Amino acid sequence: MTDFVAPASTDDTPIEPTLPGGWELVVGLEVHVELDTATKLFCGCANQFGSEPNTNVCPTCLGLPGSLPVMNETAVALAMRLGRALGCDVNRSVMARKNYFYLDMPKDFQTTQYDQPTNSDGKIELGDGFVVGIERAHIEEDTGKSTHVGGGGRINDAEYSLVDYNRAGVPLVEIVSRPDVRTIEHAKAYVEELRGILLATGVSDARMEEGSMRVDANVSVRPHGSDELRTRCEIKNINSVRSLGRAIDYEARRHIDLWTNAGAPDQETRHWDEEGGRTTSGRSKEDADDYRYFQEPDLVPLEPSSEEIAAIDASMPMLPAARRAALLAASDADADAIGILVERGQDELAMVAIDSGADGDKVVTRLVNDLAVDDWSNVTAESFTALIQMESAGDLSATQAKQVLGDLIEKGGDPAALAAARGFEAMDTGELESLVDQLIADHPDEWSRFSRGDDGDRKKMQGFFTGQIMKATQGQADGKAVAQLLAQKSA
Amino acid sequence: MTALEIAAAVRAGERSAVDVLNEHLARIDDRDGELNAFNVVTADAARAEAEGVDAAVAAGDDPGPLAGVPLALKDNMCTRGIPTTCSSKILEGWQPPYDATVVTRLRAAGAVAVGKTNLDEFAMGSSTENSAFGPTRNPLDISRVPGGSSGGTAASVAANFTPLGIGSDTGGSIRQPAAFCGVVGMKPTYGVVSRYGLIAFASSLDQIGPFANSVADAAAMFDVIAGPDPLDSTSIRDYSPDASAVLDRGVDGLRVGVIRELSGGEGSVDGLSADVLARTNEAVEVLRAAGAIVSEVSVPSATLGLSAYYLVAPAEASSNLARYDGVRYGLRVDAPTTGEMNTASRTAGFGPEVKRRIMLGTYALSAGYYDAFYGKALKVRTMMLRDFAQAYENVDVLVTPTAPTTAFRLGERTADPMTMYVNDVCTIPSNLTGHPGISVPFGVGDDGMPVGVQVLAPALGDELTFQVAAVLEATASGGVS
Ligand SMILES: [Zn+2]
Repeated sequence: MTDFVAPASTDDTPIEPTLPGGWELVVGLEVHVELDTATKLFCGCANQFGSEPNTNVCPTCLGLPGSLPVMNETAVALAMRLGRALGCDVNRSVMARKNYFYLDMPKDFQTTQYDQPTNSDGKIELGDGFVVGIERAHIEEDTGKSTHVGGGGRINDAEYSLVDYNRAGVPLVEIVSRPDVRTIEHAKAYVEELRGILLATGVSDARMEEGSMRVDANVSVRPHGSDELRTRCEIKNINSVRSLGRAIDYEARRHIDLWTNAGAPDQETRHWDEEGGRTTSGRSKEDADDYRYFQEPDLVPLEPSSEEIAAIDASMPMLPAARRAALLAASDADADAIGILVERGQDELAMVAIDSGADGDKVVTRLVNDLAVDDWSNVTAESFTALIQMESAGDLSATQAKQVLGDLIEKGGDPAALAAARGFEAMDTGELESLVDQLIADHPDEWSRFSRGDDGDRKKMQGFFTGQIMKATQGQADGKAVAQLLAQKSA
Repeated sequence: MTALEIAAAVRAGERSAVDVLNEHLARIDDRDGELNAFNVVTADAARAEAEGVDAAVAAGDDPGPLAGVPLALKDNMCTRGIPTTCSSKILEGWQPPYDATVVTRLRAAGAVAVGKTNLDEFAMGSSTENSAFGPTRNPLDISRVPGGSSGGTAASVAANFTPLGIGSDTGGSIRQPAAFCGVVGMKPTYGVVSRYGLIAFASSLDQIGPFANSVADAAAMFDVIAGPDPLDSTSIRDYSPDASAVLDRGVDGLRVGVIRELSGGEGSVDGLSADVLARTNEAVEVLRAAGAIVSEVSVPSATLGLSAYYLVAPAEASSNLARYDGVRYGLRVDAPTTGEMNTASRTAGFGPEVKRRIMLGTYALSAGYYDAFYGKALKVRTMMLRDFAQAYENVDVLVTPTAPTTAFRLGERTADPMTMYVNDVCTIPSNLTGHPGISVPFGVGDDGMPVGVQVLAPALGDELTFQVAAVLEATASGGVS
């Protein structure tokens, strides 16, 4: 195999537009998500991250002789729910055995789905309207986790290996996209969008860091304008959306280098090396597995009725794409800002505030800027709306409103009470006017630049006077009222 | 004494379960050195169970329908804290942390498990010669095999070590040894008895069933172990049979079919011996005399059963037996890497027949061969289901020989696997279709060894097989031939 000579991917590597002249990127994504069930796929053991090793195990998930699987119906329901959220057909499906030896797989086969998956033929529409086809979303069990100790830390040179079977048998859905993605941004957006759907439907907590969402990328390149599919490599071990971008970028450049200088890349599995910023060869073609799939004889086919599917559809919450569209229609705000709110799950706050008469653009901006916190569970649609109303009525200045929002985030409650507690009261216009008069008298040069200068001067000086007043009132003055007074007095 | 007589006496307080047990343990002690029916005899645990039964009787509690009846368990049924080996070195030292559902049910019914019986390694074989613990011998003639793979259980029942025994049947492994040892053995409809805790050979074919010295005893045991189990997803819901209730119904007006392809005549498979065919024909005549309407039916795909079976069963076995890799339990042979350790452990742990079938099955499932082998075998299974469904439009039950011959001699067929595999030609079809079948002793062959006649019925016709077998049993013990 030829060594790749291109430099490793760095955080500064420009990724859009990504590839050297004449090349196009082709990416398909395989995403494994752990289903948010109380118990494992085939037994009653807890589906729980972070327990002591080998404590959530039983004869079935340890694959002990004589044990049998019993299908977790909640897992099936969640998988079908995801399927419908992705616009898939939900089919009669069968489980299959994928046979290969690995020490963290208790039965030395994985129970999965093969030619008859539960969900097929769906799509995900990204924020900018780009559509990525979904080939299938099938149910399977997770494997255990092995740690290779000593030597090079790989299975074949370790001194010994430790295996934790707590994860063995945890229910997964693998979502396989069609090779539709052509840019790194779309690859990342796809994963973000899928994550949004998983959270909205309650199918998974989709945490990439904890491994409850794992992304593999099938990467290949081809000359622009061609519709061929060239040799692809499957990149594993990608632990964040950012790494996904870097890994695809690196891999695409490696392929272009090979096609240009050495010929075809090998079809293989490669591992993303986060620190080195490169992919390294995993299993080679020589030991490509023949998984000898066949129908799992210990389980019966899954045959969802049309009533079951209708019930899933009826209980489907609004999904991110529809929520973005709704907020866009209601607010006319910036699409990116709307995307951020939907991702954070704050779009409902915005919708309620807008429905009560608040300015859409302003609401969206306020939320994007001032609610960029991890935990905003204390902020309800009602309290946020009340706050916005107080601000537009002039009861609170923008700065005061921001402070009250801070209190809301911290402890929740009624914004009027929170404002009162801080001693915020609408400032009397007379009081404000005398303050403005005093300032004009103290700063005659600035005032003349405001009242007689060009537009640039006027703008600068408005900033100056507003700033002075805010300073004098500790931010309690209403900016709008100040601007009005300044305009009146210079007329 | 039959199992039912023992249970009645124990329930009535006329005999103590401990006495019954001791009597049977003494017989085992006396003769099992010669027969090698048991891999392990759990005398202490059995005494504790028997004492429990006696205590229940003394306390006026219901000790169950099989109270105090000694029971042999094929050593591929998981028993909590008792070694369970499948007669393989690879499971050396392993003690299951749980009981198979059948074990739980039989114990709850008052039966007293006395030990684990020998089998062909992982139930792969027809003579109980493929055991890591040496062959079991036929109690009726120790130069002959007891059949297999449930040969240990069959021998235990035939030698009256235990009135009841549990076997498993993947291609005839209950019915053929029952025939060879002159006892009753029954394979239920697939899904009627829970497979939970049965160490899998071929999951889509395996079924657990009873061995007994009489049809009534076998029916009583079947009634205890049959019925739905939430731990087995392939278990049939809403079917809780009561075979004991139908034993005296006779066969008047019943439509009985003879399968042309298993009749020894025109269009039949080869190798069915004349004495066995003669007894089978006599059995059919007994049924006719008892009022049955007899006709010949054709099941063309029956001739393909053997080939299909030796693809499906090894394919599933290759996957089921993958877990014996030295990582978690059983035999581990150390080696420098995990992969080498897997190979070394499996090489040392599995016997030649198991290795042969793992290789066969792996090959049959491989990319490029799947369609030609495993895929084709599945098509034969579908054809066979259709052919039998057609046959059962015209008949209620089918009668065939259980095995082509009577019990052969040890070592006689070990050199050529094909001569061994042919043993299962009459029993395999009902494993591929999932239908029930029973083997009932009916006279003897030219060599004086017992002949078994097989009664087959469509899915969930389990009770009917007992009903017909009861008629044959009554006549056979009345002295036909
Ligand atoms: Zn478990």
